[in-house]
Amino acid sequence: MERKEKNAVEMQGITKTFGKVIANKDVNLELRNGEILALLGENGSGKTTIMNMLSGIYYPDSGSIRVQGKEVSIRSPKDAFDHGIGMIHQHFKLVDVLSAAENIVLGRKGAVTVDRKELNRQVKELGEKYGFDIDPAKKVYNMSVSEKQTVEILKVLFRGADILILDEPTAVLTPQEVDKLFAVLRNMKADGKSIIIITHKLHEVLAISDRVSILRKGEYIGTINTKEADQQKLTEMMVGHVVSLKIDRPMVEDKKERLKVIDLTCVSEDGVKALERVSFSAYGGEILGVAGIAGSGQKELCEVIAGLYPAIGGSVLCSGTKEGHEVMERIIGLKPDEIVKKGISMAFVPEDRLGMGLVASMDMVDNVMLRSYKNKKGLFVDRKAPQELSEKLIEDLEIVTPGVNTPVRRLSGGNVQKVLLGREIACNPSVLLVAYPVRGLDINSSYKIYDLLNEQKKKGVAVIFIGEDLDVLLEISDRIMVMCGGRVSGIVDPEKVTKEEIGLMMIQVKKDDEEASV
Amino acid sequence: MLNIILKLIVAAVIAGTPLLLGALGEILTEKSGNTNLGVEGMMYMGAVSGIAGAYFYEKAVGGNANGVVGALIALLISFLIGAFGALIYAFLTITLRANQNVTGLTLTIFGTGFGNFFGDYFGKKAGGSLVVGDAIKSAFQGVSIPVLSKIPVIGKLLFNYNWIVYFAILVAIAMAWFFNKSRVGLNLRAVGEDPGTADAAGINVTKYKYIATVVGGGICGIGGMYISMVSQGGVWVYDCVSGYGWLAVALVIFATWDSSRAILVALVFGALKIMRFYVELPIPSQFYDMAPYIVTILVLILTSMRESREHAQPKSCGTNYFREER
Repeated sequence: MERKEKNAVEMQGITKTFGKVIANKDVNLELRNGEILALLGENGSGKTTIMNMLSGIYYPDSGSIRVQGKEVSIRSPKDAFDHGIGMIHQHFKLVDVLSAAENIVLGRKGAVTVDRKELNRQVKELGEKYGFDIDPAKKVYNMSVSEKQTVEILKVLFRGADILILDEPTAVLTPQEVDKLFAVLRNMKADGKSIIIITHKLHEVLAISDRVSILRKGEYIGTINTKEADQQKLTEMMVGHVVSLKIDRPMVEDKKERLKVIDLTCVSEDGVKALERVSFSAYGGEILGVAGIAGSGQKELCEVIAGLYPAIGGSVLCSGTKEGHEVMERIIGLKPDEIVKKGISMAFVPEDRLGMGLVASMDMVDNVMLRSYKNKKGLFVDRKAPQELSEKLIEDLEIVTPGVNTPVRRLSGGNVQKVLLGREIACNPSVLLVAYPVRGLDINSSYKIYDLLNEQKKKGVAVIFIGEDLDVLLEISDRIMVMCGGRVSGIVDPEKVTKEEIGLMMIQVKKDDEEASV
Repeated sequence: MLNIILKLIVAAVIAGTPLLLGALGEILTEKSGNTNLGVEGMMYMGAVSGIAGAYFYEKAVGGNANGVVGALIALLISFLIGAFGALIYAFLTITLRANQNVTGLTLTIFGTGFGNFFGDYFGKKAGGSLVVGDAIKSAFQGVSIPVLSKIPVIGKLLFNYNWIVYFAILVAIAMAWFFNKSRVGLNLRAVGEDPGTADAAGINVTKYKYIATVVGGGICGIGGMYISMVSQGGVWVYDCVSGYGWLAVALVIFATWDSSRAILVALVFGALKIMRFYVELPIPSQFYDMAPYIVTILVLILTSMRESREHAQPKSCGTNYFREER
C-alpha cells in the first residue's frame, strides 16, 4: 500500500458552532498514513464534534479538509465513505432488530435483494482476517457490548475504509477486551490503515498511539509524539494547568457495620438470575468499590438495596436507630419511602442521572425538593428551604448553572452529577450508593466527585462505589468487590491486587468463591 | 351450516379489504418511523376522489364509458389524493418536524371534511347525489374467474371477488417480500428503527421517510376508494368511512407490523364488521357494531403485554429525526 501522500487527512482552521456555543474553534489536525493518532481532550473539548465533521455527521462552518492531499467537502456520511473514512461512534449506531451482517450491509449499493447466506460468509471471512470472532447472523439485541463494537468496526472495514475513527472505544470494555481491541488495531495499522482514536484515558494513549493531538475547550492545543509524552505532560496540555493525578485515600478508624447483604438473589425481567447469593458488608468510614463488566448485576444490586427492585431471596440489613438503640433493620422488600420511615437514611445516586436521579425538565429547586417535600405536612409545599439548599450547593460544589431555576437538563454532565450527589449528601445518609459517578465527566469534575466521596467517608458514611475504571477503583477504594455474572467473585484489598487479577475475576468466578473474601 | 360459514367468510373478505389496504398503508408509513394517525382522513380523501374521478370520466366521455378505464382512473386518482394527504403530513413532520400525533389527528379532521364537503358538493351539482353509471359499477363487482371459480367450495371462497381484493393481497405479499428480502426494504426498516444509524450508514433518511409516507398514504387512499366504489356500490354516502381508518390503525398493531399477517387479521376484523348479518344472537344490534372496537381494545391490551423485539413498532415511531440535534 504505497502512497505518495504523507498525510491521510489534513483539517485546517475548522470552526463549528451550535447556536451560541462554539464547539470547535480554528482546529488544525493531521493524520498520517499508516499511523494511530490519539485525539485527547476533556469532555466538551470538541473531540467528537471535530470527528463528526470528518465523518459527515456535521458540516463545518469554516475551514478546509483534505483527504490524501485533495480538498474535499464532506456533506454526509456517504461522502465520508466515498473518501474511505469510517467512524465507529461511542454510542453504537446499530439497528437492534437486525443481524450483524444486515447492519454491516445497511446503506450499501448492490443487487435488489440481499443474499444473506453469501453476505454472512463474507462478513465471517473479513472478521477472521483481522482476528475478530463473530456470528454474522446474530441479532444485535442479543449481543454484548464488545460484540457490538466488533460489528461497528467490521461495518467500517466492510466498506473498505482506510481511515478509521474510533470514538472512546474502550469506555465499555474490560481490560482484557481492551487488549484484544488494541491487538486488532495494530493489525489494521500493519495493513496500512490510518486510525484516529478518541479517548480521555491517558494510559491508553500511551499504549496504542504514535502521536497525540490535544484539544481543550474546542481549541487545538498541539500535537506531540507519544514517545516524548508522559501522563503528567498530557494532562497539563489537556487541562491547561497542573493537576495532581493522585486520588486521596484517607484512613478512617472505628469502622461500624452499616449495611449487611446476605445471600441476595434476584431475577431480571427476562427471568434470568441477575444476582446470585450475593453477600457482603459495608462499613462506615470506608469506600467499598464494586468492579465488574457492565451488566454483571451492579444495577440490580443497587436497586434491590434501594428498594426499587424485588429480590427473590436473601436479606439486606441496614443500621438504624430504634428506641434509642442502634440496631440493624431488615429493609429487604421495603419501598424507598418505607425505608425512610424506618428512620434509615440511605442515599442512592443511580447511573442514569437524568432518568432515575433527577427530573430533567424541572429546575434545581424542584429536584432538591423531591427528596424532602414529604417531610412537611399540609397542602402546600415550602420552596424556601430547598431554594436555600440549592444555592448552597451551587456555592459549595462550584456548580456552573445560570441559576437555581434553570432546568437541570440544560446543565453539563458534571454539573448534573454535582446536583444529584449534593442533594443526596445533604440528607446526611449513613449509606451512600453511587453508580458510575464519574461516567462522562471530565478530569476536574471527576476529582471533585472523588473529594466529595472521601469527605463522606471521613464523616463515617459507608460508601459503595460502583465503578468501571479499574485504575480509579484501585486508588479510591478501601476494599474492592468484584462481580461476575451476578455473583461475587471475590472481595480484594486494592493494595495487594493487580488490575489484571481483577480483570480475570470480572470474567470468571473462582471455583472456591464461597470463602474468597479478604 | 357450511353454507353460512362460507357466506360469512366471503363477506368478511369483502368487508376486510379496505381495512387491509388502510393497514398496509400505515405499516409502510410506520416502517419509516412515522406514525400517521391520519389514515381515516386519507381514506376519506381517497373515497371521494376515487368516485369523483370515475364520475367525471364518465361525464367527459358521455354515454359510452368503459368500466375498466373508469376503475383504473378511480384507482389512480384515489392513490394520488391519498398520497397528497400524506404529503402534507410528511412535509409537516419530516421537514418542519411538527408533532406526529397532532399532525396525524389534524389530517384525519381535514380529510373527513374534505371527503364530506366534496362528496356533497359534487352530489348537489350532479343533481342529488354523486353516483357512477352501471358500466363502472359493474367493474367493481365480483368477477368469477373462469374455471377456477367453478371448483366447489374453493371456487366460491377464493375466486369470486372484485379485483381490488386481489390487488390488496398482492400489495400485502409484495410488501412482505420488500421488507424481508430487498435491499431497499432493509434500509427502510433501519430508517424506522434508528434513523441516526441509517443516516450514518449513508442512507438518505429524509428521502426514505417521504417516499414511504407518501406511498403509504396513497395505499390508504385506495382503501377509501374501495369503500365508496365497492362497499357503497358506487354511490357517495355521507360519512361513509366512519371509523374504518381507525380500525386500520389498530389492525397494524394486531398484525405486529407484518404485512402478510395483516391479511389474516383484516379477515377477522372484516368478519366482526358483518357478523350481525350471519350470526344471529339475541342481543341488540349495537353490540354487533361495538364488536370490532371491543376486540381492538382487547388486542391493544394483549399486544402491550407481550414483549417481542422483532414484532414491535419500529422504534423511532413518533419522534422526528434531526441530524444535528444534540
